[in-house]
Amino acid sequence: MNVITQLLPSKSISYAVRTAAAACALLVLGACGASGAADTRSDANSTATQSSSSPAQERTLTVFAAASLQKPFEEIAESFEKAHPGVTVRFSFGGSSGLVAQLQEGAPADVLATANEPTMAKAVADSLVVETPTPFVSNTLQIVVPADNPAGIATLTDLTRADAKVVLCAPAVPCGAAANSVEKSAGIDIKPVSEEQSVTDVLGKVRSGEADAGLVYVTDVAGANTSSTGAEVKGIDFPEAKSAINIYPIAALKSAKDAGLADEFVAAITGADGQKVLRDAGFAAP
Amino acid sequence: MSALSADLRVADRDVEVHFTVHPGETLALLGANGAGKSTVLAALAGLVRPEGTVRLADRVLSDTTDGTRGTWVPPHDRGMALLAQEARLFPHLTVRDNVAFGPRSRGGHVRRSKNQARDDAERWLAEVGMTAYGDRRPRALSGGQQQRVAIARALATEPQVLLVDEPLAALDVESAPEIRDLLRRVLASRTTILVTHEVLDAALLADRIAVLDAGRIVDSGETTRVLSRPRSDFGARFAGLNLVRGVAHGQALRMPDGRLLHGLTEVPIADGGRAAAVVAPSAVSVHLEAPHGSPRNTLDATIVELEPHGHVVRVRTDLLSADITAAAVAELGLTRGDRVVLSVKATEVHLHPA
Amino acid sequence: MIPRWLLLPAGLGALLVAVPIVAMALTVDWANFGALVTSDASTDALLLSLRTAAVSTLLCLLLGIPLAAVLARSSGAATTALRSLVLLPLVIPPVVGGIALLQAFGRRGVLGSTLEVLGLEIAFSTTAVVIAQTFVAMPFLVLSVEGALRTAGTRFEEVAATLGARPGTVFRRITVPLVLPGLASGTILAFARCLGEFGATITFAGSLQGTTRTLPLEIYLQRESDPRAAVALSLVLVAVAVLIIGLTRGRRDSLAEGTA
Repeated sequence: MNVITQLLPSKSISYAVRTAAAACALLVLGACGASGAADTRSDANSTATQSSSSPAQERTLTVFAAASLQKPFEEIAESFEKAHPGVTVRFSFGGSSGLVAQLQEGAPADVLATANEPTMAKAVADSLVVETPTPFVSNTLQIVVPADNPAGIATLTDLTRADAKVVLCAPAVPCGAAANSVEKSAGIDIKPVSEEQSVTDVLGKVRSGEADAGLVYVTDVAGANTSSTGAEVKGIDFPEAKSAINIYPIAALKSAKDAGLADEFVAAITGADGQKVLRDAGFAAP
Repeated sequence: MSALSADLRVADRDVEVHFTVHPGETLALLGANGAGKSTVLAALAGLVRPEGTVRLADRVLSDTTDGTRGTWVPPHDRGMALLAQEARLFPHLTVRDNVAFGPRSRGGHVRRSKNQARDDAERWLAEVGMTAYGDRRPRALSGGQQQRVAIARALATEPQVLLVDEPLAALDVESAPEIRDLLRRVLASRTTILVTHEVLDAALLADRIAVLDAGRIVDSGETTRVLSRPRSDFGARFAGLNLVRGVAHGQALRMPDGRLLHGLTEVPIADGGRAAAVVAPSAVSVHLEAPHGSPRNTLDATIVELEPHGHVVRVRTDLLSADITAAAVAELGLTRGDRVVLSVKATEVHLHPA
Repeated sequence: MIPRWLLLPAGLGALLVAVPIVAMALTVDWANFGALVTSDASTDALLLSLRTAAVSTLLCLLLGIPLAAVLARSSGAATTALRSLVLLPLVIPPVVGGIALLQAFGRRGVLGSTLEVLGLEIAFSTTAVVIAQTFVAMPFLVLSVEGALRTAGTRFEEVAATLGARPGTVFRRITVPLVLPGLASGTILAFARCLGEFGATITFAGSLQGTTRTLPLEIYLQRESDPRAAVALSLVLVAVAVLIIGLTRGRRDSLAEGTA
């Protein structure tokens, strides 16, 4: 072990030790307990404890939130941490369905914010949340095109043109479901060249010019262009978007270690300061 | 007219040789390991590019002296077949398909149909005594059997020149004499260049020998001449060997003068068949009168020449050469023209078909 | 003989692979397994995967065997550089490969406009999937075949040449048959890599049922909507992989017997 310690950066050691520990767990699981394993295991345990022990007085709040919320939530968390000394807010941003799936598998978290209500409903159905979730913002779809709009897209109907390469989210993910209901209410049928996993992937395809247009949320277009790269994509509003307004709900989780703190974070999001940050990011009132 | 003439240099192996081979003749390139023999063969076969010229009958195979671009005939178009130390039979083909490979692969009008190639293969397998093994895979054969197939495969291409590289070196002592005998038969009327470090192979298979030392030919001529009267010290040390021709008579060789030389045969020779006896000069002792006890062979001879070779003196007689120490020469008081008695144990005399 | 203490890490290594696979088989929803893996989306994805992997493997063979021959039969700095280049897709993350392919063949890529003039639209087409798979899988084939060629050496080829066979005949009748075991395992490895390809495909080709959404992409998407289907489909992919490994072993054995 000494030799390895000298050769590898401490972080790699920690990974190696954790992998070894996992392997030992497998060994025990496989009922293959060998005499040599005991040493390794105690080693691994002590190191694992060390690496996860943080100053005792600090509290950590873990928030699972939809990817589209990343920027405003991080901003709100900063002021939340200032207002609550000793509190660290940790985020896990991702696709809403994936986050709920992780919670169902027992991932420890305190607060959940999803990008639509059906996904939250799954968490409610599995009794993961404390109370009825609170809707805190809404988001609408916008047509996104490359800055030079090579296909000359102006309306939602333009997306059905045969010469326009359109990318959408897959119907299985919230932004795809929203696109579906917009199509339905407008009575049109868009033939996408690709159905992407997330809004980020749709944005990427449009930004690189591979696709002529896509349907993403207003906030995604705003987020794409506030970055240092300048205006690479352009958002086009369309009236049919009203038929698919997406409501974002937030809720404290039953698995929360500190229920009070979780409630306070939910309050920070739904409160005036939080709402202002979200509005600036392009979100609308629920 | 020569069948093959070569004047070639391979600079990075430090080989520079010039020789010619006559039609139907077997030339042995005799030399120690690392003398450059295999390099010469590779250059002739077109596997390495030599400087200089190689001519086969009226064709120029390679020439770097005729202008800027030179002449180069690729290996497959040279009409030369290479028989290597290991048989190198294609492991994925049957014995028959190995032999049929050459006839099937030739380009142009000499290319044979599948059936013709099969017939060719059968004929050559019969020639080397391997008819029964046509359907086997090479891996199922012994080393000697593999070498037989390799010989059939090379001959099936009806090469203008056969290049043979140490054909017996990888064989065990039992199969070597058989294969040597087979080679002797098939090489008899073929233009062949044989590379070997084994004096015996050169003595028995070659019409002429060229002795190769450090990439240069240091002696060349008729086989008997090079072996009995080597013109270089290297040749004498390396190639000194008594070769006596005659006919078989039981376990002995009847020399042209009617005397018998008793020895051992490795392959059976019919009585009256042409044979050769091979004796190392170090196995021959020189006496002033017939020795007591009786070595099987005691033969009268006349000294022709006394040649010092390093630590020994080679006593050349009108019959055999003997290597003895300078002290023994002085003690016996030997001079040119003396009558002496030579003795050789029968176990030191090796009889071969010739 | 191996030292006894090797057995412990060896066993741990084997378990690290075995336990997750077994765990997946244990947790799969067997009652609905049939329905989960035979949905339109799933069968489309499986068929597309098999189809594209077959075409890509063929492309790997057509381009990879000559590449391997060139690499095995030459030496020097140029060869070393070429080998490093050809093997690059092995060491870069597939998503990076996808981005690189996009820069080359994408609509705004270096070759994109030329291809568009020629009427070839690669973006979002099955062709893009095949290009991505060939890109990541070819090194496996080149590595196996080059190794086999180097092991086989030139001794049989030289003999064949002196027997009168032209270079083309030698390659067809001697070189290729001699490296057949290496070629077979390289082909199967390449096919397996094509089947598993994800990162370069999703980056470069997109994801559309029946056109570009291969089995790994379908599994990744199903994870969002129906995790049970994702597990079931994963098991299908594992089964296909096991089948391939078995095929390699059977093929090797029969070849070994054939040459024995």
